[in-house]
Amino acid sequence: MAKHKTPLLDQLESGPWPSFVSDIKQECENRAKNEKGVEFQIPADCPEDLLGVLELSYVDGETHWKHGGIVGVFGYGGGVIGRYCDQPEMFPGVAHFHTIRVNQPSGKYYTTEFLRQLCDLWEFRGSGLTNMHGATGDIVFIGTTTPQLEEIFYELTHNLNTDLGGSGSNLRTPATCLGMSRCEYACYDTQALCFNLTNEYQDELHRPAFPYKFKFKFDGCPNGCVASIARSDFSVIGTWRDEIRIDQEAVAGYVGGELAPNAGAHAGRDWGKFDIQKEVIDLCPSECMSYEDGKLSIDNKECVRCMHCINTMPRALRIGNDRGASIFVGAKAPILDGAQMGSLLVPFVKVDAGNDYQEIKDIVEGIWDLWMEEGKNRERLGETMKRMGFQKIIESAGVPVDVRQVQEPRTNPYIFWKAEDVEGGWDRDIAEYRKRHQQ
Amino acid sequence: MAFISSGYNPEKPMENRITDIGPREYKEFLPPIIEKNFGKWVYHEIVEPGMLMHKAESGDEVYTVRCGGARLMSVTHIREICDIADKFCDGHLRFTTRNNIEFMVDSLEKAQELKKYLNDQKFSGGSHKYPVGGTGAGVTNIVHTQGWVHCHTPATDASGTVKATMDTVFDEFQNMRLPAPVRISMACCLNMCGAVHCSDIAILGIHRKPPMVDHKVLDNICEVPLAVAACPTGAIRPTKVEIDGKSYKTVAVKEERCMFCGNCYTMCPAMPLSDKEGDGVALMVGGKISNRITKPAFSKVVVPFIPNEPPRWPTMTKVIKQILDAYAEDARKYERLGDWANRIGWERFFEKCGLEFTEHLIDDFRDPAYYTWRQTTQFKF
Repeated sequence: MAKHKTPLLDQLESGPWPSFVSDIKQECENRAKNEKGVEFQIPADCPEDLLGVLELSYVDGETHWKHGGIVGVFGYGGGVIGRYCDQPEMFPGVAHFHTIRVNQPSGKYYTTEFLRQLCDLWEFRGSGLTNMHGATGDIVFIGTTTPQLEEIFYELTHNLNTDLGGSGSNLRTPATCLGMSRCEYACYDTQALCFNLTNEYQDELHRPAFPYKFKFKFDGCPNGCVASIARSDFSVIGTWRDEIRIDQEAVAGYVGGELAPNAGAHAGRDWGKFDIQKEVIDLCPSECMSYEDGKLSIDNKECVRCMHCINTMPRALRIGNDRGASIFVGAKAPILDGAQMGSLLVPFVKVDAGNDYQEIKDIVEGIWDLWMEEGKNRERLGETMKRMGFQKIIESAGVPVDVRQVQEPRTNPYIFWKAEDVEGGWDRDIAEYRKRHQQ
Repeated sequence: MAFISSGYNPEKPMENRITDIGPREYKEFLPPIIEKNFGKWVYHEIVEPGMLMHKAESGDEVYTVRCGGARLMSVTHIREICDIADKFCDGHLRFTTRNNIEFMVDSLEKAQELKKYLNDQKFSGGSHKYPVGGTGAGVTNIVHTQGWVHCHTPATDASGTVKATMDTVFDEFQNMRLPAPVRISMACCLNMCGAVHCSDIAILGIHRKPPMVDHKVLDNICEVPLAVAACPTGAIRPTKVEIDGKSYKTVAVKEERCMFCGNCYTMCPAMPLSDKEGDGVALMVGGKISNRITKPAFSKVVVPFIPNEPPRWPTMTKVIKQILDAYAEDARKYERLGDWANRIGWERFFEKCGLEFTEHLIDDFRDPAYYTWRQTTQFKF
């Protein structure tokens, strides 16, 4: 018997898509029955009260969570999002309803053994409700009380060898596409780089020392499966700088119709016979491809590596062998100054596990040195870039100025010069000037 | 509900504390076939909706079956997912960057058996537990946020709007008949946690009323300069007010300069602004992240406001379907929604989608707004 009537939410149990309402209800039932005799450390009816307060929000058209909430674990300045219900008498089960961010493994591969351990812990000390996963990547445990935070952290670190994720003005939990684990497009081992940098910068992740939040994301190629160019202040996107490898026999296989274009991604509709001219050659953004006498050729020097031809004929075309990554900086959502995508800072860098990725770390730390000193309170890197100029970021990152860093050169002539770059400097005597030019 | 200690000693909090260990290493969790062929994949195929095959240099094949997840899920549900992975996949699975679930097996037969099994599982209310799909040129899962389930600044709900939308476009999750993939995202306020600013179609919670100011408590619970600095349009200034003969340090909001972003409330609990009638959703379209053919692009606002209509947001889902159908019918193969709108022109996009163009859709935020107006004689009647 449900604790609260939820006529509005009940309407979200129908329809084909997995219903979060049905799922929460089954958790309510399981906790009520408690067949395993779990000594729940927060109210057993916590998920019931969550449905209750959510139903009230559906009636009122407004949220019922109080503003903010500052809770955490000793030693860290983030990782837990405190939350309190604004109707605690009506819904005591969610009077405290804090979220814990748990750092996920790169690429989100799991064994059932590990997931079951997490579930056992969270059923015992929390609501039994999660997000798999938060947008930044974390495993999100939704809903527990303040006294349980240290207990959960103790069990996570001592028994599950797992740490919290990030929150606040710090390095947030880095995330990656699945990279080389199951993709032939991956230009570097995104998971290894993500894991390495997450560990390298644990202090920056757990103890806020920045003007504002800062995110890393790692994409194996320009397809952007973890959306790093839009969703991370520091985005590493795999690429290559030699030639696309062509298997002419497989090209013939596509032209002849034996192989489905785009690996069959459009199979649900009749788009006609594959036309290599129309679907590949004519769509290439730099027009650097041709197909003549049954032979595909690519003027690789003019290729911008957009991935279209490779995506369309994955069995015939493969990424080059001289691989690395490009680095983009400054992506952010609209608040305050407007949304930004990452801007190209480093066209090509080798991703070298052999030297512990030092070249990439030098760039990260160069940028942090500038931004930590100059960034204003709650100013994202992208906004510091806009305020101070991209030139400052190039300089602090210790990388060369490169025409690839712009979509186009500036149109206005409001050009700054440094005094030392101008012959004679800026110290001038008006009296000297007057000797040549009368008032 | 007796308290049970984990071993943590609140008397000596720093004793035996383990810190800075980071996440578990991904290598611990890779299925053996993935570990063996790591970095040695040659090509892949989408065998059928929701099913991928990756071929390795060794000749090994791994079949992946992808199914939808609600993202917000219980431990009961995760354990059921584990049961499936134990039964079919030797205890391995993964989650995608769009919160779908992927199960991997080593043969087509096993993949087909698994797909059938997943599609057969239902919740008591009738919805699928693990609908298979989300591959190729279709609609996959909706990246979304917390909404009324956990956040204090939303203008709408996340889980509810997403469920209503996915029910409406469900056929496209299980099919691959669109010109290109369509990414739908959702964020419940302008903080845009997630991918709203870079998606083919985006649902965004918005307010339409300025914040209320709780003058009597503001100075006690807010840093006034932070609230002032939080405003993108400079609508907030420090001031003093007199209430019942008592003077309070507080802020004043110039209402005609406020565009209801809610960022002052994020910084100052004394400035709440949520409102049943005022709040609702805006729809944005035409964003993308990949670099395929065209550059990554921001989504653009094409519907300035649709009221919140819980629990199923019928007007919102109808308009989303309208946009999706117009795109599916008119766009060329490989053309993302934004590429299509750019090619035909936005005047034609509004016509084909049956959307009204209003003054709210013309950018008026600072210098860059100019670059969104039309400085050419080229337009269509």
